[in-house]
Amino acid sequence: MNITLKVWRQKNASEPGALVQYDVKGIVPEMSFLEMLDTLNEQLLAKGEDPLAFDSDCREGICGMCDLIIDGQAHGPDKGATTCQLHMRRYKDGDVVTVEPFRSKAFPIVKDLVVDRSAFDRIQAAGGFVSINTGNAVDGNNILIPHDKAEKAMDAAACIGCGACVAACPNASAMLFVAAKVSQYALLPQGQPEREKRVLAMREAMDAEGFGHCTNEYECEAACPKEIKISNIARLNREFLRATLVSE
Amino acid sequence: MKLESKVPTGPIEKSWDKHRFELKLVNPANKRKFKILVVGTGLAGASAAASCAELGYQVEVFCVQDSPRRAHSIAAQGGINAAKNYPNDGDSVWRLFYDTIKGGDFRAREANVYRLAQVSNSIIDQCVAQGVPFAREYGGTLSNRSFGGAQVSRTFYARGQTGQQLLLGAYSALMRQVGAGAVKMHTRSEMLDLVVVDGAARGIITRDLATGKVERHAGDAVLLCTGGYGNVFYLSTNANSCNVTATWRAYKRGAAFANPCYTQIHPTCVPVTGEYQSKLTLMSESLRNDGRVWVPLKKGDDRKPQDIPEAERDYYLERKYPAFGNLVPRDIASRAAKQMTDDGRGVGKTGLSVYLDFADAIKRIGLDKVKEKYGNLFDMYHHITDEDPYQQPMRIYPAVHYTMGGLWVDYNLMTTVPGLFCLGEANFSDHGANRLGASALMQGLADGYFVLPYTIGGYLTGNKLPKVTTDHKAFTEAEGSVNARTKALLGANGKKAPSVLHRELGHVMWNNVGMGRNAKGLKEALSRIPEIRAEFWKNVSVVGSGEDFNQTLERAGRVADFLEFGELLAKDALVREESCGGHFREEHQTPDGEAKRDDEKFAHVAAWEYKGEGQEPARHTEPLTFENVHIAQRNYA
Repeated sequence: MNITLKVWRQKNASEPGALVQYDVKGIVPEMSFLEMLDTLNEQLLAKGEDPLAFDSDCREGICGMCDLIIDGQAHGPDKGATTCQLHMRRYKDGDVVTVEPFRSKAFPIVKDLVVDRSAFDRIQAAGGFVSINTGNAVDGNNILIPHDKAEKAMDAAACIGCGACVAACPNASAMLFVAAKVSQYALLPQGQPEREKRVLAMREAMDAEGFGHCTNEYECEAACPKEIKISNIARLNREFLRATLVSE
Repeated sequence: MKLESKVPTGPIEKSWDKHRFELKLVNPANKRKFKILVVGTGLAGASAAASCAELGYQVEVFCVQDSPRRAHSIAAQGGINAAKNYPNDGDSVWRLFYDTIKGGDFRAREANVYRLAQVSNSIIDQCVAQGVPFAREYGGTLSNRSFGGAQVSRTFYARGQTGQQLLLGAYSALMRQVGAGAVKMHTRSEMLDLVVVDGAARGIITRDLATGKVERHAGDAVLLCTGGYGNVFYLSTNANSCNVTATWRAYKRGAAFANPCYTQIHPTCVPVTGEYQSKLTLMSESLRNDGRVWVPLKKGDDRKPQDIPEAERDYYLERKYPAFGNLVPRDIASRAAKQMTDDGRGVGKTGLSVYLDFADAIKRIGLDKVKEKYGNLFDMYHHITDEDPYQQPMRIYPAVHYTMGGLWVDYNLMTTVPGLFCLGEANFSDHGANRLGASALMQGLADGYFVLPYTIGGYLTGNKLPKVTTDHKAFTEAEGSVNARTKALLGANGKKAPSVLHRELGHVMWNNVGMGRNAKGLKEALSRIPEIRAEFWKNVSVVGSGEDFNQTLERAGRVADFLEFGELLAKDALVREESCGGHFREEHQTPDGEAKRDDEKFAHVAAWEYKGEGQEPARHTEPLTFENVHIAQRNYA
């Protein structure tokens, strides 16, 4: 089948960008969306034209590197899936598809569809960890964690840091990402000693990066490829309130 | 070139303790004077960087992705082994050691493997302490499951996302050090050369992938933690950016490359459907705990699986290997699947797959339990194939997954270039000719958390390291060669995308150096690879410039290295006239089609030394002695 793509092309962060149209031929339904873009790039290179820049790596939905807005939706139309898990069987011959980068002030554009998400690393460096040095941990079974607590922590820990929550939010808020990390540790005994310090530091780092505030739009939950629940944001807010009350 | 393993003498149980005691320590106040460069942020790189920074060294870390959290370790699914014996089923350090040596088909170094088994328990404790949400029993204790090649339940897991959770644990430890200012992080940075001064590794040349800027970095030691080279086959379960460049550049600067022909073909992957495919997806081996592998008894039986009655199915793994059944090691299961499809009993449109069936498991433990154990894997399969594995069996086929070969390292994880260390999948040391399930994560973290942080101290105090700055002529020379190469790639002005030529190489590798190898096919590969390489340099199309974000240029550089490395891999396979683990020479098999080792001639590590452009590399050997495990035919029946 043939697809018409309208793709955002932008040389770098300082130059203006625009949508450019491409006709991609020879697409089969089993192709992933990214393999369709690979096909386009091979065709462009054969003609000596500049191929499209986009990020992807594992191509199985876990590394969090791929990040496209497809027809206005982060990671495209499929629920609970990353861009690399979207397949062309979702489309039909002659469809026109618009592809743009994850847009947010805190994610500056590097080129075309590639954005810089290092703000997430800086938020994590502010407190998204347990301060334990290598080599003297107690036996794993000395820290008992009920099955359901472990599962709940795992639900939050499943975040892949792709940034879809930011791209989908009208305020470009990073609350779901931060909430996932804060929740994981707040639910586990290992996270308790730094519980207050962590949430305060991560919230502060998030604001400093220029992310917006949460106004309960629920768009982040809808866009999250790992279906992280917005209830984590409620937990983040409780943790924040609790920390402001108990900290000195 | 001398291959000195530096394995301590005396009983193997005491080797590591003895060695640690004998290693010289660096005075705490002196640690901050040493700078360590870490390339790669997977399990090995992130854990080593975090641990070295904790100790007080200056650490600089480099990764090609936009964040250290995206290293390919994140994609490992099933689990990590440890000899905790929590299920009380008879496990021990000795048994984990024994299984790993046997699973590797007696081609690993005993002392390294014993140490791996020994520190395995500390890895679990460390990760738990970091807040890794391992699966738990209702009473709150850690859960276990079993994996291929083992008859005990020693695998710890976090759903089907164990690699992700362990990596995020190591990443969080790394980010803690970044936040504390102890680690300087360079993302979107690719190492393009190693700088050797007076015979020792003293720095690297990198390219900032976002700006194109070529940079020099000097240090007292360099750690390569850059993973495996499975993408030499084009299609593999590896992430697209997994490559051989860092280790290949190091090889060209004097590091021996050991056992490049040892490639693991994983039996449980989503099958190939067409030419356009960019990668293959692994379905965790843990699925074989409950899934049953079968093909129709009759050739060309194209009925729907649910219409094929029980009596007309061949559960061939259970039939051939009753003791291990569906949980035989990966090489055995892969070859058995190939035999079935070669025999015309494969299923699906292409005939190149076999069934992995959960109908019995759903009946036995219920749909909910199956969902809880494997839900995300089932969803992943559904996304890719549009088939619902709860309703009909999955179709699976073997694919290139892991590489057991890598840079040769001694017991300290140091390569033949002093000061150049190699950790995790990038080195050759622990898995022999085949890797058992749930042991890659174990090795990555063992090397990074518990081995390197000790052995590096021994190197840094035991050697006089004069101060070297990036003005040194070795840096100028290395940077010059990086720039010349970039210019050559940009100047080819051809018509073919690097991926097109990569695919051509992949076809040759899979057809001639894949699951089964013979002298004729290997010789064919050895004549085809240089042809593709010649075409590459004449006809590759790299548009744009080197002073910019240029993904085609990145890709082209990696493919160029694969085109050289593929030849060494085939060469190594041709010389190794035996079958062992993932290396199956068709000329060497038992009458019933099992691998036949030749311990007399090949109980050694083959380490290749670069001799210069256009020169034949030299093959050196490190004999392997088995003093603690009785060398025997692997038998899983």
